[in-house]
Amino acid sequence: MSLAERSDPRFAEAHRELAPRLGVARRIGVTGPPGAGKSSLVEELLLRWRAAGKRLGVVAVDPSSPFSGGALLADRVRMSRLALDSGVFIRSMATRGMFGGLARATDDLADVLDAYGCDLVLLETVGVGQSEIDVARSTDLTVVVLHPGGGDTLQAMKAGLMEAADLYLVNKADLPGAERVAAELADMLDMRAEGATRPPVLLASATRGDGLDQAVATLDRLLAESEASGRLLARRSANAERRVRRLVDAHLTREAWGTAAGLDDALKRSLASDPAISPHALAEQLVRLYGAGRKESS
Amino acid sequence: MTTAPIKVLVAKPGLDGHDRGAKVVAAALRDAGMEVVYGGLHQTPEAVVEMALQEDVDVVGLSILSGAHMTLFLEVRRLLDGAGLASVLLTGGGIIPAADAEQLGGSGVGKLFGPGTTLGELAAYIEAEVGRRRAAGERT
Repeated sequence: MSLAERSDPRFAEAHRELAPRLGVARRIGVTGPPGAGKSSLVEELLLRWRAAGKRLGVVAVDPSSPFSGGALLADRVRMSRLALDSGVFIRSMATRGMFGGLARATDDLADVLDAYGCDLVLLETVGVGQSEIDVARSTDLTVVVLHPGGGDTLQAMKAGLMEAADLYLVNKADLPGAERVAAELADMLDMRAEGATRPPVLLASATRGDGLDQAVATLDRLLAESEASGRLLARRSANAERRVRRLVDAHLTREAWGTAAGLDDALKRSLASDPAISPHALAEQLVRLYGAGRKESS
Repeated sequence: MTTAPIKVLVAKPGLDGHDRGAKVVAAALRDAGMEVVYGGLHQTPEAVVEMALQEDVDVVGLSILSGAHMTLFLEVRRLLDGAGLASVLLTGGGIIPAADAEQLGGSGVGKLFGPGTTLGELAAYIEAEVGRRRAAGERT
């Protein structure tokens, strides 16, 4: 895991050995705004799956500071009842400059937990706003956790996060307003679904323990349905394609801006000699320069 | 390949419930560019070591104000070593008499910090210690 987090080339090698054992674990994303109760809910879900004898893994992501690069990873403090349970492995990670709600190596860490023999791997995102939906592209199923006080129906109708869920959990159902949030959300989803099936909306309270058995049963059912209908496989193949594209993008970016390609130098020189140069024109020049360099070296 | 930020577990073992110090330290180490896992209050030595193992931290920092430091630091050190984490720096702070700190220092516990320590001193000590262990190849 630590090799993956450091982008150590030895991880790619090690991953080849993991590969034959991958794909067994079901991956569930848990996302939602800060303070919605994601970590507390995750603990409650884990306790129930543990009682059912499942082996569990969690990758919990919290934000890195864009200023110091440091991070405070405080998700597992909400999962302390599982600290000594050998059937649960919890790993915290910082976003390190990524802005989609997960970190660069989150998929890799989930792979390690999968190969290690977990039945379920939960990916908990940072507290998200409206558009950080990377988690839907790294998991088989996405849970969006909401809470009363998060805004009116118009907020729920906006694009992005609110389209990414396979299940909505309105947490803090012990507080006033939770039922209204759930009802408005259900209305909005009915409007959009026009008769087709739409994601369920459930009320839960992590502090009181309400609604959690039902949440676990619903998640188990959704996973089983997704597998039976072939949607699970389709989603995994779309996710795999995106993941490879991301890796290629990262590789090309590193190569293009590495010293050997000379783009970085050319960029600085061009801007110094002609500060008013069109950014588009300069970008085209640099891409051509990169292409020429590639031809020469091959 | 990049150098990884220093990863630190900050936790409070034992029974005292004063976690303000631990939180101030956790925030300061974050501001010094470290990744800080906050482990919370009332942890057993076993739970601290299990967290250190799962998180692959470079440093375990314990805050102990209860007077049980002799027992707790030694127990965490013993369990860390037993879990193959001998290269992990164990440090911390609280109300710890100098003679006790010295005795713990002879048993594989790092420097312990009392009232009056600046947050800068703490971060500098951790950076130097982890830097030394990484340079010696004990940690990567």
